[in-house]
Amino acid sequence: MTELTLVQAVNRGLFEAMRADPDVLVLGEDVGINGGVFRATDGLFKEFGGDRVIDTPLSETGIVGTAIGMAVYGLKPVAEIQFLDFVYPAFDQIVSELAKMRYRSGGQYPCHVVIRAPYGGGIKGGLYHSQSTEAYFCHTPGLKVVIPSTPADAKGLLLSAIHDEDPVIFLEPKRIYRSASGEVPDGDHRVPFGEARTVREGTDVSVFAYGAMVPPATEAAEAVGRDGISAEVIDLRSLVPLDEDAVIASVEKTGRAVIVHEAARFCGYGAELAALLAEKALYALKAPIARVTGYDTPFPYALEHVYLPGADRIEAALRSTVAAG
Amino acid sequence: MSESAPSSAGGSVPSDALPIARLDEAYRTMVLARAIDERCLTLQRQGRIGFYAPHSGQEAALVGSAMAMEPDDWVYPAYRELVVALVRGAPLASVFDQFYGNRQDRSRGRQMPNHLAFADQHFVSASSPIGTQITQAVGTAMAAQRRKSPIAVITYFGDGATSSNDFHAGLNFAGVFGAPVVFFCQNNQWAISLPRERQTRSATLAEKADAYGIPGEVVDGNDLPAVYSAVRRARARAVAGDGPTLLEAQVYRLGPHSTSDDPHRYRADAEVALARQRDPLERTKVILVQAGRWNETRDTQLWEETRRAVGEAVKVAEAVPPMEPTSIFDDVYATLPKRLAIERAEYEAFAARGRPGP
Repeated sequence: MTELTLVQAVNRGLFEAMRADPDVLVLGEDVGINGGVFRATDGLFKEFGGDRVIDTPLSETGIVGTAIGMAVYGLKPVAEIQFLDFVYPAFDQIVSELAKMRYRSGGQYPCHVVIRAPYGGGIKGGLYHSQSTEAYFCHTPGLKVVIPSTPADAKGLLLSAIHDEDPVIFLEPKRIYRSASGEVPDGDHRVPFGEARTVREGTDVSVFAYGAMVPPATEAAEAVGRDGISAEVIDLRSLVPLDEDAVIASVEKTGRAVIVHEAARFCGYGAELAALLAEKALYALKAPIARVTGYDTPFPYALEHVYLPGADRIEAALRSTVAAG
Repeated sequence: MSESAPSSAGGSVPSDALPIARLDEAYRTMVLARAIDERCLTLQRQGRIGFYAPHSGQEAALVGSAMAMEPDDWVYPAYRELVVALVRGAPLASVFDQFYGNRQDRSRGRQMPNHLAFADQHFVSASSPIGTQITQAVGTAMAAQRRKSPIAVITYFGDGATSSNDFHAGLNFAGVFGAPVVFFCQNNQWAISLPRERQTRSATLAEKADAYGIPGEVVDGNDLPAVYSAVRRARARAVAGDGPTLLEAQVYRLGPHSTSDDPHRYRADAEVALARQRDPLERTKVILVQAGRWNETRDTQLWEETRRAVGEAVKVAEAVPPMEPTSIFDDVYATLPKRLAIERAEYEAFAARGRPGP
């Protein structure tokens, strides 16, 4: 065990994977000599050299397109997109190519690429360094989408992603890159996909969150706990595949659900969770499902604290949901 | 290679020249390609296949380039390169299996006709978005570089694709990393309804290579030996570690873009008539006739045999049963996820009641 921040855990995961397998390589903008703008790839260039830690020209479609070609040939590329906000030039490569390569070739061409990207707000990054657009990728069959909220999960999910056989979108909550710290197992530590993590058990209401929303959701649960409301906090970790059983089981126990994400509400990931509960746990519900999300606006710069769900908004939703029935 | 080159007048034969005996083989393949076009346009009009993108007018470029590559090389095609797969050894029947999306289709009925994938021939899955294969080809070339495999990658695209993001990104990456790639642009003069001069103000497409610091070369795409030599040289440079090359094979798309458009809406018949006079099949035949290797009797016989073989392949493919309905759930992921298992069970329960799924 080693005490690490979330971004350090990502870095350890990359070291671990690259030391274990010469086919693993990293490519992206400023990932080499500079070690990544958030230092996620720090030290890799020195140990593995420019052939395996590739500073690319500034082109996201180039990064993902070449990563696909490498994967088709048998390498295991881990591509970094500097900010999720900049992924769109590569959107065609991700949704039209990466997600469909295995399917459209009848299984002849598996295409295992990991795409890492810092996402989310709270760092005064304005419109284009803050967005949380995981739903685009969750809506694309063929992709897996995971988001850690702790250092141990960051390393464990990253190593699972690199060893997976399918393309994985690995989103890193940059707001808690350094504020989240904790014990991380050494060596080949893997966290399986499709298993949610119970952060805190409770009996009155379930809170579903992921990434940078897990800490404020936990804070809100603790706040209402002081008033005798027992809130269960579930960190989904893996959006695709989703641990449906954990979501349903929690609501069957508590009878109430509050869904938290920083992405816009309309057609956000929370809509899928709400639909799942309506389909599979309707009769367990004692109160309407609540969503605490970013508003349906572009991500604002000066007023990001207004946009982003905080512990206060989550706490208010917990209280009103419990009061509702 | 034991045979001599076609046009050498006693001089030394350049190593990149196509031996005359292989020109026979090239011509046969071109006739096969043309016969496939004829047959498939009819099949589509009869409603027997859903779509077709013809390659008539591009056979010399396609066959010449394909013959210049080696079996271990990789190909990233667009959707007009079925004959490249045939040159590399894909069985004719398997092309028609794909057109029918039947149970023997290597791509399992997932794609429209022409969007082929043959892993045994290193012929990577084609898609419909324009230009996306270009950066992928560069990635495979970079991977081969890292594995120290002495191979090259060829990628095919049209004049329209030179306006795409991935053309720029791909040539740029290949230049920066010295990737062993042959960028083979078939400039067939028309991107659906848009003529080549509306695609770019550049005088040639090949000169775009200059911006990326790589060699670019125009080649007469109706001249099969010239195409072969140009690709051979580009391949040799790639394998020698001298980096990528952009080749612009100037051809003319004699037919429609696909069975979904009518070229009379956007181009003059006179232009097409002129292009027909430069038909690459005729041009290749003339070389063979002049070399005393071919005559009209043999030609008639070849056409008959070829049309019969194509007809047989169609018949065989049409007799193969369709894919099982539940196969649509396979290959989305490496293993069937729980969610898809549930959807498959839903479909099966619905189908079992005697009504097909929606």
